[in-house]
Amino acid sequence: MKIERYDLIVIGAGPAGLSAAIEAAKQGMKPIVFDENAKPGGQLFKQIHKFFGSKEHKAKIRGFRIGEELLQEAEQYGVKVVLNATVIGLYPEKEITVKIGEEVKHYKGDSILVATGASENMVTFKGWTLPGVIGAGAAQTMMNLHHIKAGDRVLMLGSGNVGLVVSFQLMQAGCEVVALVDAAPRVGGYGVHAAKVARLGVPFYLSHTIVEAEGEDHVTGVTIGEVGPDWNIIPGSEKHFDVDTICLAVGLSPMSQLLKQAGVEMKDTPGGYVPVCDDFGATSVPGIFAAGDVSGIEEASSAMIEGRLAGARIAEYMGYMTEEKRLLRAEELEAALSSLRQGMFAPENRGKLVEKTEEGIPVSMNLLQKGYIAEDEIERYPGVTHTVGVHPVMECTQNIPCNPCQDACSKGCISIGENITSLPVVVAEAKCVGCGMCVASCSGQAIFLVDEESEPGYGTVTLPYEFLPLPKEGDKGVALGRDGQPVCEAEVVGVRSAKAFDHTNLLTIKVPSDMTMKARFFKRETA
Amino acid sequence: MADRIKEHPILGESPEGRVVTFTYDGKTLEGYEGEPIAVALRTAGVMTHRYTAKKHEPRGVFCAIGRCTDCVMVVDGKPNVRTCITPLREGMCVETQYGATAKEETL
Repeated sequence: MKIERYDLIVIGAGPAGLSAAIEAAKQGMKPIVFDENAKPGGQLFKQIHKFFGSKEHKAKIRGFRIGEELLQEAEQYGVKVVLNATVIGLYPEKEITVKIGEEVKHYKGDSILVATGASENMVTFKGWTLPGVIGAGAAQTMMNLHHIKAGDRVLMLGSGNVGLVVSFQLMQAGCEVVALVDAAPRVGGYGVHAAKVARLGVPFYLSHTIVEAEGEDHVTGVTIGEVGPDWNIIPGSEKHFDVDTICLAVGLSPMSQLLKQAGVEMKDTPGGYVPVCDDFGATSVPGIFAAGDVSGIEEASSAMIEGRLAGARIAEYMGYMTEEKRLLRAEELEAALSSLRQGMFAPENRGKLVEKTEEGIPVSMNLLQKGYIAEDEIERYPGVTHTVGVHPVMECTQNIPCNPCQDACSKGCISIGENITSLPVVVAEAKCVGCGMCVASCSGQAIFLVDEESEPGYGTVTLPYEFLPLPKEGDKGVALGRDGQPVCEAEVVGVRSAKAFDHTNLLTIKVPSDMTMKARFFKRETA
Repeated sequence: MADRIKEHPILGESPEGRVVTFTYDGKTLEGYEGEPIAVALRTAGVMTHRYTAKKHEPRGVFCAIGRCTDCVMVVDGKPNVRTCITPLREGMCVETQYGATAKEETL
């Protein structure tokens, strides 16, 4: 039997695996990457929103573009990627068995990196196996890879970032999201992701869960109910929705089976069954490394850095990089990784209720319970100010690692400072020219340009708009508040699209002056 | 029935593949060559891919990435084909799977 040998075998061509292979290849190694899918890139190609972070994390670039960049880089450094190749065995001797078509092949690595990612969790309820109950990942796959709607009327279960982001994507694809439901008492994901879904009019049902999916051969409806303190449904709290699709976004679990098979020391954590690794992905078995979601669920941005750290460590292990050089590289990468792990959503804050921001401002409880900031809460944040003339209003109220808005404004109107989780502050002395770069750069779509009185009695609000059909100047309709309910009549007085905005169109609507701090979305009159 | 997205606000116009025909339980349907069989079925309104052996319960697409195997059907006579990741080809014969066969067992 012939066994092919490589100096580095990477399992999984997602953000972590590709990043590691690139990093190792840069040092002269010749890695081979196996992936069971027909296309490389992992989940990046399904992610169409702009990423958070700062420049070094590729913030404000959409996930699928980051995927394209990664593939280009992999090609440039000669990383060999084998697709439709499922690794079915990993052995302590650093041997793998790979199923390619109907054949099973053996390979031996001098080093192995496992970057198999994660799989979606399930919840069971009556009718959960009916066709029409799908994973949130399936919805993304259908819409963003295969260009079909995931359903016409959809109920989303799960208010973590996946549930929130996919709900928004469903609306972008033309599906209707009838409700966003979570058994937890608070929204789990970023407030800005929740707010952009809530302002479209999607109702949030926290402390609710699915009682039953209805239908004979496929889903035709769903009943939800309120969860009581004993985790049972409170009788009489049931609500019914006619839907054809139920989307589940109830968390991810590391796909660590191969590592366990290889005899790597494992541990049970609240985030799943993961290998015990050092900061550079080295497991208890010399030469076997892990990076990305398989070693603990995080964002793709962190997976890419973890991959680079492991890639460099592997290059050192294999003698392609001196320890000194590797430590320098690691220092730089670790700084980038640690900045992503700061703020309210830092790993150590998981599941905790953070009541105050780093600045000492009370967190919006309405945002956590209903998905939007209440009117009596919004004025307390440093991004929300009043002045004469056009100015940015930044409804960014939680400490998350993100700062593209600060760089976007060439006039210096926006300040975040050194700490990338700080809330953006309006710099009073700087003069906003209304260019809109901040609106388009905000991955959370939380920045608006407001002119409280552009003409007597009326003002304008410029908002990010990523839907079709794009309204035209002169279109009349209603302005929706943060809760998605109509607040007043509105007229579109400007539509701006630019390459620099990257598909985030800027819609300027005219509303009565007293509505400029309330109107946050536009809906065309459908008379 | 799931519609195709003609134009997407972020992804732009959807690519149009070469239209091919295939059969689904004897009916002739159309889809784009190379797209997953499940996608072509979905645009034709097919939600139920198989029925379980013991309880005769319907199953369809769940994960759409070839992991859960809920969407398997009999394709060109071969059972347990994951339709969510198997590319559609001209003339394919796709059948609802009952248990592990294409024929509904009569009790």
